[in-house]
Amino acid sequence: MSASITAAIEDGVLPTLTALLVALVAGDLLILSYGQSPGEVWRLMLSGTWGNAYGIGQVLYKATTLVFTGLSVAIGLRAGLFNIGAESQLAAGGFCAGALGLLLPAGSTPWVAIPMCLVAAMIGGGLVGLVPGVLRARFGAHEVIATIMLNFIVLAFLNWAISATGLAVPETLHTPVVTSSAIPRLSAYLPVFHGSAANGTILLALLAAVVAAWMLFRSRFGYELRAVGLQPLAAESGGIRVPRIWVMSMVLAGAVAGLGGTNFVLGYKNYFEDGFSGGAGFLGIAVALVGRNNPFGVLLAALFFATLSQGGLAIHALVPKQMVEVLEGIVILAVAVSVPEVRRLLRARPVRAAATAAVSKR
Amino acid sequence: MSGAASGVIAVRMRGVAKHFGPVVANRDASLEVGAGEIHAVVGENGAGKSTLLRVLSGMFAPDAGTVEVFGKDVAGWTTADAIAAGVGMVHQHFMLVPTLTVAENVVLGREPMSGMTYDRALAERELEALSQTTGLACVPSRLVSELSVGEAQRVEILKTLYRGAKLLILDEPTAVLSPPEVDELWRVLRTVRDAGATIVLVTHKLDELMEVTDRITVMRHGATVMELRTSETSPAAIATAMVGRAVRLDASGMPVGSGSAAVAEAIGLAVGENDDAAAAGAAGAPPDSIIVSSARDRITRNIPAAIISSPAPTPTYTDAPRLRVTALTVAGPRSPRAVDGISLSIAPGEILGLAGVEGNGQTELVEAIAGLRAATGGTIVVDGTDVTRFPIGKRLAHGITHIPEDRHTRGLVLDYSIADNLILGRQTQFSSSGAINRARTLAFAVDRIKAFDIRPADPSLPARALSGGNQQKIVVAREMPPDFRVLLAAQPTRGVDVGAIEFIHDQLRAARRAGKAILLVSAELHEILALSDRVAVMYRGKIVTVMPRATASEDVLGPWMTGAAS
Repeated sequence: MSASITAAIEDGVLPTLTALLVALVAGDLLILSYGQSPGEVWRLMLSGTWGNAYGIGQVLYKATTLVFTGLSVAIGLRAGLFNIGAESQLAAGGFCAGALGLLLPAGSTPWVAIPMCLVAAMIGGGLVGLVPGVLRARFGAHEVIATIMLNFIVLAFLNWAISATGLAVPETLHTPVVTSSAIPRLSAYLPVFHGSAANGTILLALLAAVVAAWMLFRSRFGYELRAVGLQPLAAESGGIRVPRIWVMSMVLAGAVAGLGGTNFVLGYKNYFEDGFSGGAGFLGIAVALVGRNNPFGVLLAALFFATLSQGGLAIHALVPKQMVEVLEGIVILAVAVSVPEVRRLLRARPVRAAATAAVSKR
Repeated sequence: MSGAASGVIAVRMRGVAKHFGPVVANRDASLEVGAGEIHAVVGENGAGKSTLLRVLSGMFAPDAGTVEVFGKDVAGWTTADAIAAGVGMVHQHFMLVPTLTVAENVVLGREPMSGMTYDRALAERELEALSQTTGLACVPSRLVSELSVGEAQRVEILKTLYRGAKLLILDEPTAVLSPPEVDELWRVLRTVRDAGATIVLVTHKLDELMEVTDRITVMRHGATVMELRTSETSPAAIATAMVGRAVRLDASGMPVGSGSAAVAEAIGLAVGENDDAAAAGAAGAPPDSIIVSSARDRITRNIPAAIISSPAPTPTYTDAPRLRVTALTVAGPRSPRAVDGISLSIAPGEILGLAGVEGNGQTELVEAIAGLRAATGGTIVVDGTDVTRFPIGKRLAHGITHIPEDRHTRGLVLDYSIADNLILGRQTQFSSSGAINRARTLAFAVDRIKAFDIRPADPSLPARALSGGNQQKIVVAREMPPDFRVLLAAQPTRGVDVGAIEFIHDQLRAARRAGKAILLVSAELHEILALSDRVAVMYRGKIVTVMPRATASEDVLGPWMTGAAS
């Protein structure tokens, strides 16, 4: 078993670490090009994120949304589908949660109101995922195109829904504050987090990762879903209804991304605001990639990208914030390049060695 | 033979080594080919034949060693250099553009131009001239997509000749051809040779070697072990050199005439498809000898001949058929009637062999019965139940199992463990309240691995890590549970080693004894003849003949397979 753990580390962690190392070196060069000391900038980045409770809280808040969108993309990729639509699924989920929250009477019991809003978020995101899933299953329309196009449609629709229907507070693009189903902030229990946006949704994110891991690697549905992703023809031969898996995995991916919308809408601002997703859906692609489509990898990757994002604000005094965006791009590129190549090399060695050893025992 | 006497050396390769990561493909390979001869490179799968020829054709640069072509040191040259120097490779998988005509394919890359435009008439005239001088018949204006496999191969050869090839390299040229097409290819190669070209080819089949080559180079484990003059050797000597241990041929197994060809085929089947000698040796107690008896269906090793060759109990055809297909039509990717009104039935305890050149609707027929492809007409009845409209899962539950022809895409999830692959299609039985029961899956896998001798015997290894033969055993183990009724076995031993072939054949025979119905589709006629109780031939979507095994032979089946008989 220890051999398989070693293999898992080599296979799953090493490529990512290599990529991070590449990004670190590239970051050094970028910082030097601004005439700053890399050590100084990295120190500033760390102290602005993990160096104090507020920074940690902000990182945790940003990571929470990224866990959901990262899981969403990872679930899609495990089924062989590239979900670029987490952005609009996230927004739709947040919208539905906020809209239901407004409908519920102000004095509702939180234990009833919050779960209802969570379900609404999942339904909202799930519906946005359903469309490309059905288009793929029924008509063979490529999900990459469908999800990208649907992003525009859904985001524009939400913009219209908020501005043209009188749902928004005048002069703004957000709804009135939802009081019925607010998820408490962490600072309510741990005063040290005072002022940071971190809230109870983070527990939901952890739970989502555990459930996703169980679903993918332990359940029958996950067995079928991964088989479809790896070898759809073999899955079909095994009696698995491939189109059905496509639809279900896209609905699931959409629902998980939609749930992420509650982090902002129920946990932070307590209202839906047009454009709140702010690219977290797209960054979910990077999170899934760096997390190697593994729910626990997604947790780590979400923390990493959240740190970068929050750290970008901290180092603003020394180098442009955009440097962090360049860094994110380099990490994604490095991971994308290193993963298949490094993986093939690493896989070839132990596996072949194991096979040879077993055969030659004879 | 004429050319070999001229004394000019066309190819001289010495001490060639080539590694791919940790895999040693060639270590001390050498090859010497005289100008104007037909030279074969033989060896088991993985012996390094293709690698050596790719080094020669410029696709790979050698790690060490010398490569000389017509006296010039060319080690590490590119394919473009090779083509310019008159070395052309005919690949196993054709590199033709199906939507272009024959002439367009042949001239592709060096099209004759008139001004700014492609000169179609000139291209076709040039090709016709080439066709006449070489005796390679073709119709320049036909679309390549309309050609048979044999014709397409001829276009590939014309293409290399058009580029001025003096040295032709062919990688397993007969793998996809029917017997008459093979004969035609030999005629073509002799013509090309007589016109002054030198030919190097890779093949698995010993009878082909004896028939057409002048000299033979034998490779084993990446190194050249022997060079033989065809006229001075025998199939047994070649087989011994190939596998590296004594191969005994029964005296009775070597009568002159067609009988010796049969023996050679038997060896070709037994040792030619081998993955590597280590795997073969590991697949049973290492045998001292391979015994090939005279009957083609008795390819045995260390298994008492009586067990293997005892004739199967003749099925009584009065039994209600287990599988009855009536007037089945199926659309294929290229034809709306890839299966064109086929009716057939298989009795309990019967193996029906379906022969035919690939691409005549066998794949579509099997997929339609398995439920992977919808029937456009007709019915499929298994043990009295009409399953024509059943989804795949329901057919599996009804006992219809399927060994797919392509185990890599259809048969296995390569990144799944052996255990996970063994339950594919039965995952519902192995789960409780939505979760896969890992303990039961593992226990089942351990049992199946033992019963089917899958190596390495580690259920957690990914299927990708196994040799071809052991991968195929996973598929066979999964598709032959105790309770199946009808097995669709498509190319069940394609590309697997000798140990696995024997094992799988034994399993099929055991299933026959147990009263199962088996539809066997194979491109290897010897396999059909070795296992079947009846043989059907499929041609252009129809079954053109069905005959009992006793009257079937390669000579009888050949004309049916090409549509020449009716």
